[in-house]
Amino acid sequence: MQDKIHSSYKQLEQKSKYTNMFLRWFLYFVLVIFALYFIFPLYVMVVTSLKTMEEIRQGTLLTWPSGLNFDSWLVAWGGRGYGAGDTFLKPYFWNSIKMVVPAVFFSTFIGAMAGYVLTKWRFKGDKWVFLFLLFGCFIPYQAILLPMARTLGVLGISNSVIGLVLVHTVYGIPFTTLFFRNFYVSIPSELVKAARIDGAGFFKIFFKILLPVSTPIIVVTIIWQFTQIWNDFLFGSTFSFGEAAPIQVALNNMVLSSTSVKEYNVDMASAIIAGIPTLIVYVLAGKYFIRGLTSGAVKG
Amino acid sequence: MLKWLEKNLTKIVMAPAVGLIGWFVYGFVLWTLYISFTNSKILPKYELWGVGQYVKLWGSRKWLIAVDNLLIFTALFLIFCVVIGIILAIFLDQKIRAEGVLRTIYLYPMALSFIVTGTAWKWILNPTLGIQKMFIDWGFENFTFDWLVNREMAIYTIVIAGVWQSAGFVMALFLAGLRSVEDEIVKAAKIDGANLFTVYWKILLPMMRPVFFTSFVILVHISIKSYDLIVALTQGGPGISTTMPALYMTQTAFHKSQVGLSAASAMMMFMAVAAVIIPYLYSELRRENAR
Repeated sequence: MQDKIHSSYKQLEQKSKYTNMFLRWFLYFVLVIFALYFIFPLYVMVVTSLKTMEEIRQGTLLTWPSGLNFDSWLVAWGGRGYGAGDTFLKPYFWNSIKMVVPAVFFSTFIGAMAGYVLTKWRFKGDKWVFLFLLFGCFIPYQAILLPMARTLGVLGISNSVIGLVLVHTVYGIPFTTLFFRNFYVSIPSELVKAARIDGAGFFKIFFKILLPVSTPIIVVTIIWQFTQIWNDFLFGSTFSFGEAAPIQVALNNMVLSSTSVKEYNVDMASAIIAGIPTLIVYVLAGKYFIRGLTSGAVKG
Repeated sequence: MLKWLEKNLTKIVMAPAVGLIGWFVYGFVLWTLYISFTNSKILPKYELWGVGQYVKLWGSRKWLIAVDNLLIFTALFLIFCVVIGIILAIFLDQKIRAEGVLRTIYLYPMALSFIVTGTAWKWILNPTLGIQKMFIDWGFENFTFDWLVNREMAIYTIVIAGVWQSAGFVMALFLAGLRSVEDEIVKAAKIDGANLFTVYWKILLPMMRPVFFTSFVILVHISIKSYDLIVALTQGGPGISTTMPALYMTQTAFHKSQVGLSAASAMMMFMAVAAVIIPYLYSELRRENAR
């Protein structure tokens, strides 16, 4: 049966070869048009950041810069060194790093443990516990902003990187738990059962049996959490200002500041600097990025 | 002691996750709900005041504009993301050369923050130096494109940037869906004389119902929560013409110090999300149980 389908399918393919030719050109045409549409803003950002303001006023969005002029990048990163409102990204870039690293670590660890228990040490009502955690993926954060602001104040960590680490750790847990739970569900429980009979304990089973096969899901989780936390603006702008702000907040402040003449080249350089870490991760580990996106993408 | 530890180890390990989420998600939502029934201004007050804040909210012109904008944005955002996403997914599914490169290009905006996206699009849509100047310099002397500073049109700039950011994501969902369909189904249909269009329209797309559902839920969810993009692109302006609920909530709370009113708006957002999410979670859970 299968062979028959295959052979008559071959004949059919031969017949429609010429209509296919036209169709394929059309396909490629549409795909390339869309590719240009998606590339366009990135192209504009890069060329604008390499132009002087004079060139920007004279040319159009698409004009090629006269040379590789990284001045606006240097200004965006390190400032001019004078003038009021000389804001630049360097300190905020480090704030973001200091915020992302611990928050990713803690949320991933807690999620891994929760996912492990929910699949391999099942208890009565574990499904409900999972649902209880899962709902945290979906809440609009506006519904927790007010009490969170007060809590951080009471704890004395409002407007600090530590405060943001706490916030991102907590609201990352539903996602990390979801990732690990869905991954561990697919690992046969027989292995774990056998190990338990042999007397292996809770942690021994985790480290000896599950952890060695967990690399892909750990990568997915870390990339997901890194991207989400690095790109966050709502928490950053609500719970920090001034010196403790993460990079997205600083970028927004820089672009909005109206103290001097608008320098679009510096704006674009700043935007690229703020976007480059996640972009690099995406290019290097796109497969894992997409996996995270499609298996747990619910966050806005 | 040690025995007790061993016996309750799983519970102890689960405790941080359950405790933190219980407190910071459920506890906080309940707190916000309670505050929305009080007359809190700068500081929360705890004596109940009834539904006054909700009455005030739905009588506020700014909130009504925000809701209106949300409906416009959600509708257009959904339609464009899904249509572009499906077209790209179907076209990419035709054994295209350089598929990997194209896919990477379509999806990279998802790796950027809305602030970066907003900053870039704000520059592109800049009425004096952006797209408008490009077309004028190309010889279209009367070309105007001032949506960003036009009260009537500014909301559509947010749609443009939002679709640019999220369409590739819908593409990825549909491509994954199409790839999971057995080849034989398509081949058999072709032998029966169905052309490619019919195969997709009559067979494959109807099979993608769960993917439609997932995309719908995720996109609506993104749009209800959209905040960063508006802040970066228009700050709700010109005037208040591009205000959306999320922006209304933070402005009311942190600039106008109307904590009670802002809690009421947050609860409206919460209910809107719940109305979409709860049926989704329910159906997902049922599907999993059926497996």
